[in-house]
Amino acid sequence: MAIYLSLKELWRGRGRFLLISLVIALITLLVLFVAGLAEGLGSGNIEYLSKINADVIVYQENSQLAIGASRLDRSKLPDVARLDGVEAVGPLAFSSATIVLPDGRKPLDISLVGVEPGKPGEVPVREGRAFVSRRANEAVIDRNTALRTGLQVGDSVTLKAVQGTNEEFYPLTVVGISDGQQYSLRPSVFVPDLTWDKVRPRSGALSSDITYNVFAVKLADAARTKEFVQSIPQNVARVEATDLATAYKKTPGYTEQQATLETQRIFTLIIGVLVVGGFFQIQMLQKVPQIGMLKAIGARNRTVAGAVILQVTLVTCIGVAIGTALTLLLAANFPVSVPIVFRANSTAIAIASLLLIGPIGGLVSVRYSLRIEPLKALGLGG
Amino acid sequence: MTNALETQDVTKTYKIDHGVIHAVDGVSLSVKAGEFVALVGPSGSGKTTMLAMLAALLRPTSGGIFIDGHDLTTMDEGARAKFRREKIGFTFQANNLVPYLTAQENVELMLRLNDRLDRKGKDRAKELLDRLGLGERMKNLPSQLSGGQQQRVAIARALIHNPSLVLADEPTASLDTERAFQVVETFANLIHEQNRAGIMVTHDLRLTQYVDRVIQMRDGQVASIVDNHTEIEERVVKHADDHHLEGLKVLPMRSPALAM
Repeated sequence: MAIYLSLKELWRGRGRFLLISLVIALITLLVLFVAGLAEGLGSGNIEYLSKINADVIVYQENSQLAIGASRLDRSKLPDVARLDGVEAVGPLAFSSATIVLPDGRKPLDISLVGVEPGKPGEVPVREGRAFVSRRANEAVIDRNTALRTGLQVGDSVTLKAVQGTNEEFYPLTVVGISDGQQYSLRPSVFVPDLTWDKVRPRSGALSSDITYNVFAVKLADAARTKEFVQSIPQNVARVEATDLATAYKKTPGYTEQQATLETQRIFTLIIGVLVVGGFFQIQMLQKVPQIGMLKAIGARNRTVAGAVILQVTLVTCIGVAIGTALTLLLAANFPVSVPIVFRANSTAIAIASLLLIGPIGGLVSVRYSLRIEPLKALGLGG
Repeated sequence: MTNALETQDVTKTYKIDHGVIHAVDGVSLSVKAGEFVALVGPSGSGKTTMLAMLAALLRPTSGGIFIDGHDLTTMDEGARAKFRREKIGFTFQANNLVPYLTAQENVELMLRLNDRLDRKGKDRAKELLDRLGLGERMKNLPSQLSGGQQQRVAIARALIHNPSLVLADEPTASLDTERAFQVVETFANLIHEQNRAGIMVTHDLRLTQYVDRVIQMRDGQVASIVDNHTEIEERVVKHADDHHLEGLKVLPMRSPALAM
């Protein structure tokens, strides 16, 4: 009976209910975009670190686990590598640079990452090959760089860096393309560590010793990560260590950015609950005499409440479905430079929370419908 | 004939700041199956309160209400709703119909509520609507029907599930005179044909020409009863003048027809 009444009313008033579905669709669009943005921006900050083939990251002591503030000398590498249980150690060096593109196209700002070939930190290539020498004028670009520049394996890429007071240009050959490996919200270009030292921006003359930012440590047994986070600083002077999850959470701005976007998402959901709740409550107030009549002729409370719940749920589902479809359609047409990523997990959570805004918003109406007294609703005197 | 409806000393009182109001004060009446009764009286006489109690929508403060031998006063809210659904048919002054159901669907609603809608029920709904002159309007929504047509659909809905008692609260309140007479005449015919007990609350004494008995209430009590067709015609209908038209709240109780 509840289903019958609910569907009949939805069909007859389909224009009105479609309107609220469209409002829910817009709220869905907003929530999913904020979720996608949170994923994309988060990914843009930490994608490389989250995928790195290591278990522990070693920093300079008192650097507050900030990669940019950490400076490690190569001489410390053997101190870490010789620890029992450490499988391999890879030094990592980070800076920013610019790729100069042909045909007058706008230069692309990138994260320039220096890695030691064959060591942790080097990225797996999908096309082409990995580095074979620490000094080769070669580059492995990540998928984002490839998409935005159109560069392919075998192409030459010119790196621009300010060294001292001069702009220097370094031609490199693209030998490989990896999957997405963004760092610091920029697409990444990986070069052998000694090549990095040569081409990176610097304020003064080339020094004799390359200085890295951090070491990536691969353990023989990943289950011992916590143990090594404690033991490495105890065995190696003036360093501190952390696991990967902490490392990327400590990336400057990451936590604040995610918190801001999460707050936006929650507020949008709250607005959704209020909008849906308001709509159905107005509907309910207009239907008081009708519901009074139904109860007067003997309709059960559960029939009346069931019809309301069903309507709210259906309208919400339709709205979320339209909103999700719109989101995916728009996202498919966004340029690559827009940092929006939809992962199954976070998208599913966003959709599940959206599906709840209807029933939660409609609770007030359901409660109201249960409390309608036929006598008062119909104006039959007492 | 046995009594389809019987009330025993029914009272409804309300507490107010400085005392109590006796909306209904010790009313005992009975209606047989196949009998059509008009409940008349001025505003505040208690007739609508009485109707609400007969419809199991309002509990009396004291007294008994028996419909087909079932005592309404001993039922809980769920039982009363069930009783209304199965045994009582009701038409209201306004808001009779569900706006998003067609005329036929509105009539079938009572059968649906009772989980009794089948092929036979659908045919019966069509028959009733046809009988009420709405054969061409079955698929129309209430907004596409006139006030009189809506009332007739409400009558069909009130009768479709074979109730023991049929109640009508000012069924002609929003109708012009000609349609008012048509609706009440049809209502009366169906009550008699189907052997239901029917009670109609009305302000318009001219409509009492179609009833078998007129019960007049005043100040919460039964003031007079006229139960003979000739007497009704002579004492009530003929003396119903323009003051009795629907929409006005004053009934000239000074009319000799209804004097105690």
